[in-house]
Amino acid sequence: MNRLHPALRRILPQLITLVVVLGCNVLVFPDFFKIEMANGRLYGSIIDILNRGAPVALLAIGMTLVIATKGIDLSVGAVMAICGAVAAAAVAGGSDVATAVVLALCAGIVCGLWNGFLVAVLNIQPIVATLILMVAGRGVAQLITEGVILTFTNEGLIFLGSGSLMALPMPFLIWLGFGVLTAILVRKTALGLLIEAVGINLRASTLSGVRGNVLIVAVYAISGLCAATAGIIVAADIKGADANNAGLWLELDAILAVVIGGTSLLGGRFTLAGSLIGAMIIQSINTGILLSGFPPEFNLIIKAFIILVILIIQSPIVQSVLFALRMPPDRSGDDAEPNRDDRADERDHSMQKEGMAP
Amino acid sequence: MLLQGKSITKSFPGALALDAVDFNLLPGEVHALLGENGAGKSTLVKCLTGAYRRDAGAILLDNQPINPRSTLEAQDLGIGTVYQEVNLLPNLTVAENLYLGRQPRRLGLVSTRRMNAGAREILSGYGLQIDVSRELSSYSIAIQQIIAIARAVDLSGKVLILDEPTASLDATEVQMLFSIIRHLRDDGLGIIFISHFLDQVFEICDALTVLRNGRLVGTAKPADTSRLKLVNMMLGRSLEEEIHKEKDRTASVDPVQLQFKNFGRSGHIKAFDLDIRKREIVGVAGLLGSGRTEMAELLFGAVGHDSGEALAEGKPLRLTSPRAAVAQGFAFCPEDRKRDGIVADLSVRENIILALQGQRGWLRALSKSEQTAIADGYIARLDIRTPDCEKPVGQLSGGNQQKVILARWLATNPRFLILDEPTRGIDVGAHAEIIRFIEALCDEGMSLLVISSELEELVDYSQRVIVLRDRAHVAELTGDAITTSNIIRAIASDGHEDKVLAS
Repeated sequence: MNRLHPALRRILPQLITLVVVLGCNVLVFPDFFKIEMANGRLYGSIIDILNRGAPVALLAIGMTLVIATKGIDLSVGAVMAICGAVAAAAVAGGSDVATAVVLALCAGIVCGLWNGFLVAVLNIQPIVATLILMVAGRGVAQLITEGVILTFTNEGLIFLGSGSLMALPMPFLIWLGFGVLTAILVRKTALGLLIEAVGINLRASTLSGVRGNVLIVAVYAISGLCAATAGIIVAADIKGADANNAGLWLELDAILAVVIGGTSLLGGRFTLAGSLIGAMIIQSINTGILLSGFPPEFNLIIKAFIILVILIIQSPIVQSVLFALRMPPDRSGDDAEPNRDDRADERDHSMQKEGMAP
Repeated sequence: MLLQGKSITKSFPGALALDAVDFNLLPGEVHALLGENGAGKSTLVKCLTGAYRRDAGAILLDNQPINPRSTLEAQDLGIGTVYQEVNLLPNLTVAENLYLGRQPRRLGLVSTRRMNAGAREILSGYGLQIDVSRELSSYSIAIQQIIAIARAVDLSGKVLILDEPTASLDATEVQMLFSIIRHLRDDGLGIIFISHFLDQVFEICDALTVLRNGRLVGTAKPADTSRLKLVNMMLGRSLEEEIHKEKDRTASVDPVQLQFKNFGRSGHIKAFDLDIRKREIVGVAGLLGSGRTEMAELLFGAVGHDSGEALAEGKPLRLTSPRAAVAQGFAFCPEDRKRDGIVADLSVRENIILALQGQRGWLRALSKSEQTAIADGYIARLDIRTPDCEKPVGQLSGGNQQKVILARWLATNPRFLILDEPTRGIDVGAHAEIIRFIEALCDEGMSLLVISSELEELVDYSQRVIVLRDRAHVAELTGDAITTSNIIRAIASDGHEDKVLAS
């Protein structure tokens, strides 16, 4: 296990969880891994998971960065609705697909900048700051669609939601590409390190000459961009912008994907790959429940139960027990154990800090 | 025997933190626990209070073996702990803090009246007549410390562990605390006293135990030992040459590097003029709250100035933010390391390169190998004790964390370094090392501004000492005038004779 690349070792628990969830899916649906080729594209449950998981995966990318700065973005579902509406309205108004997409992405970035402004400049707590847009955003989307489901027939835009390239569905390629680009952006530059530093100790980072507030605004902008992309895909998929239902509750799935992925809500160290796997775990559960043929009224209960089990397995107490069982007390322990102690300490401190904040 | 630890052993990945350490505490005894940072003092205390699970050894309380698995359990058994950073909730009232988790109830509701009455009674036992219904944060650290002690004694009542209780107190407050400690001792409590201040140890303690590198060096009575012996025990080497360092600091003749003219901010610190030469150490002295830290924050741009200007070699400087200051070659090691200095979860390497990376901007990332080279270089140069540069900095001892922050700034190659209490809460060994660095950096041509409440230290290395009082510059001492008594006189003048200098 110690021979694994550190980055891979970090997301090993998430990978194991994904394999277990997929294994369960095979139990309830034997044809689960069957993949067929038809009309020049692949079909099958796995492909379906990669395709349907696109919105949550995209949201999870932005959410990971936001959470790494000790923030949270509740508005992403509403931003999806806004941006889907913008794209739909643009093509309905006669724009070409490129213009529509650019307009929608810009709308997402503006939404993100607004959130970042509230959090970084006005110092509003992230959960409250983004709640504002979460509530108002659907209203904005409804204004854009004028209260109806704004349908469109633009082939180019529809292609983004249901087309395929190299036999793979577009939504999958989009989130994968977005994930890889973001990973390169944060890990090949110093952005990732600076985001983590800001998330762990904003004061110390700022005193070290890091532009903490600019970074915070930037991660919310990225989150808005991710939400815009997800919104375009969802609108393109149903060939219309539904201001009321597009992206509804998806912010919670995205947060869950980040948490399952192994990034702490306390900020700091983050893993994009973990969050993407987390998104796929959630989608696998959704797809698995549908395929299993359980009565649909059980779906949410089963989903909640599976997620509870995953989170219990990942909880510090269970992890330290597993750790003690697995590792004789020698050098190979690395940093895993102390890190966990540290987290506990951090929690105590943050309790105190909140009290002391002016 | 009240509390006994028998060959307590604790290891962490890569390090043996305690190696079969024995510890004995009698009732009615103040027992000092001494040692350099990383000697194992806090690990021992954490094992005794159940915060850590020991690997081997036994703990006996009143000759009964005990096995506390958490600090809460230890508290119930009778072992209470008060930490350096007061571990109470500043936004609750004094009474609520004293009764947190066990508020007196009436019909299922908290009875504030009875709680306040009880709190007043508890505190009157400590000679404290304060309004218990006010928020804890409205009182000074010393009062908060006493409230923390009162809570710990009230909850536990047999053993009281004080971890660096005097670190942020001034001399009068220390005396107030000591009279309370003596009082508790006379009531039969066993008190473990952890401190870096040897004078205080000799003043208050009945016995002392010295640890070094996780091993027990010895136990002694203060009467049977001397400061020098004790320092030798703690360091395992003689410090004589450090103590009797000859001082040959002459005024810098180098050109003025930085000029601050009428620099100030209302409500923060009164406008002052300050010239800093190249190759010069300017010391800053003053009581707590005299504006020392405010002055540092102002100079570094952490707080904007609203009057005056800063000039470097005649050209105006923009000092509107820490980032702008860093761009001008400024660096600042803050007083509160935990809050303003370290990024605890990040590794030593990442902490060291943070300022340099911030300066370069996010696009021009230092590669991992460059980072490791820089970090390893400073780990060797500053003798930072860490297994490797990937260890999270939060797990190092205070002195090593301070060195990491120093390394972070040295990596940016600053021309002006501001150090706010660089030796606070640091053991004797690291203390001497840091002072040596301050002098070495000056000799290399850097300008330094050092704020310290340790006057001997300031006198030792400063070429000029600025004295602050009530958020204003009140005196500037140069040359032979730099003596501790002159500094004290400057601080105490003008109707402030009753105040004693911060320890």
